[in-house]
Amino acid sequence: MNIMISNTSDEPIYLQIVNQIKEQIVQGELEESQLLPSIRNLAKELKISVITTKRAYDELENEGFIVTVAGKGSYVAAMNKEMFRETKVKMIEEKMTEAIATAKLVGVTLEELQDMLKIIYEG
Amino acid sequence: MENILEISNLSKNYKDFSLKGIDIALEKGYIMGFIGPNGSGKSTTIKLMMNLIKKDSGTIKIFGLDNDQNNLAIKERIGFVYDENHFYEELTVKEMKDVISPFYRRWDESVFKQYAKDFELPLNKEIKNLSKGMKMKFSLAIALSHHAELFIMDEPTSGLDPLVRSELLEVLQSLLQDENKSIFFSTHITSDLDKIADFITLIHNGEIILSKTKDELLEEYCLVKGSKKLLSGHRPENLIGLKQNDYGFEALSSSKKEIIKQFGDSVMIEKPTLEDIMVFYTRRGERRVSSY
Repeated sequence: MNIMISNTSDEPIYLQIVNQIKEQIVQGELEESQLLPSIRNLAKELKISVITTKRAYDELENEGFIVTVAGKGSYVAAMNKEMFRETKVKMIEEKMTEAIATAKLVGVTLEELQDMLKIIYEG
Repeated sequence: MENILEISNLSKNYKDFSLKGIDIALEKGYIMGFIGPNGSGKSTTIKLMMNLIKKDSGTIKIFGLDNDQNNLAIKERIGFVYDENHFYEELTVKEMKDVISPFYRRWDESVFKQYAKDFELPLNKEIKNLSKGMKMKFSLAIALSHHAELFIMDEPTSGLDPLVRSELLEVLQSLLQDENKSIFFSTHITSDLDKIADFITLIHNGEIILSKTKDELLEEYCLVKGSKKLLSGHRPENLIGLKQNDYGFEALSSSKKEIIKQFGDSVMIEKPTLEDIMVFYTRRGERRVSSY
């Protein structure tokens, strides 16, 4: 597991941890039922407060990415990849709907939109 | 959660300074930074906790025990690090350790030896010849060698170089791997706490100004900067430590949300450091300090 904390970022530290762990779970770098470091060990290694790592793990648990077994530790939860993908796809749909509404407002055609999407997607 | 330290309504009056009914609570397993400018009451509070001076009123409970009635039992379980040297200057490190260790029933010589080795303590050197950093490390080694559960540190990092300070913070964090241990750490060097502290308590003029988790503090508070004309329609009581100069104003706010609601993007909003929070809360109004 890799985690890098930026102290200058506007993003709160707990959120940086949440997002990086999520990303690694989704990309399969962290595997199902893999044991994560303890809250206290992670705090020590990253030189941040215990409360911050605790908050990150609580958040990951609430979102179903990890499960915590009292006295044993926290593990990567099962099935979360599909779940995560589903929520993301929904988010993309919402944002596309928004973009299309704006496009219609100023008369941008479907073809123009498709071209735009292609250019942006391919970077 | 179980509080390892609980101070309620604690008061102590001196002729020119008083501690005005302060409350502090610290849970097991966490580190609390106790910050405030010089003379704000940090050391008085710690001396009261350690029963070195008598309180006027209030209660102090440590490990759930009243510290008046259980003074010795409590001290056995406290590791204490003080900023000033409280050892006999003429003794060597080893001699001094031999004087102190019998006072602790749970003294663990093997633990001390390990720390002496890790910290590279010169056992046969006289204490007066130790550097400031080495004296602190010796003090820390003593505090760590009797299986204490609560560590009380009064300005342990003042006068130390960044390297020794970061070593100390590393030791403190490894102590917290045991969730039954807690650390109460007073300092005016707030950068030591920016990273590792779980809770922050700010004291000023003998009163607790705030006590909450560091994360909440740094997320809820913000620095505001803007042009002076924005202030005309605004009640300045939302702004802490408001200061104006010829070109604008700056202040601290306890609610970033509120500031965004009131000013929108007409002001600059920045994330504060603990030092900002301390300075804005405690500086003396509009008075400017300058040279003459």
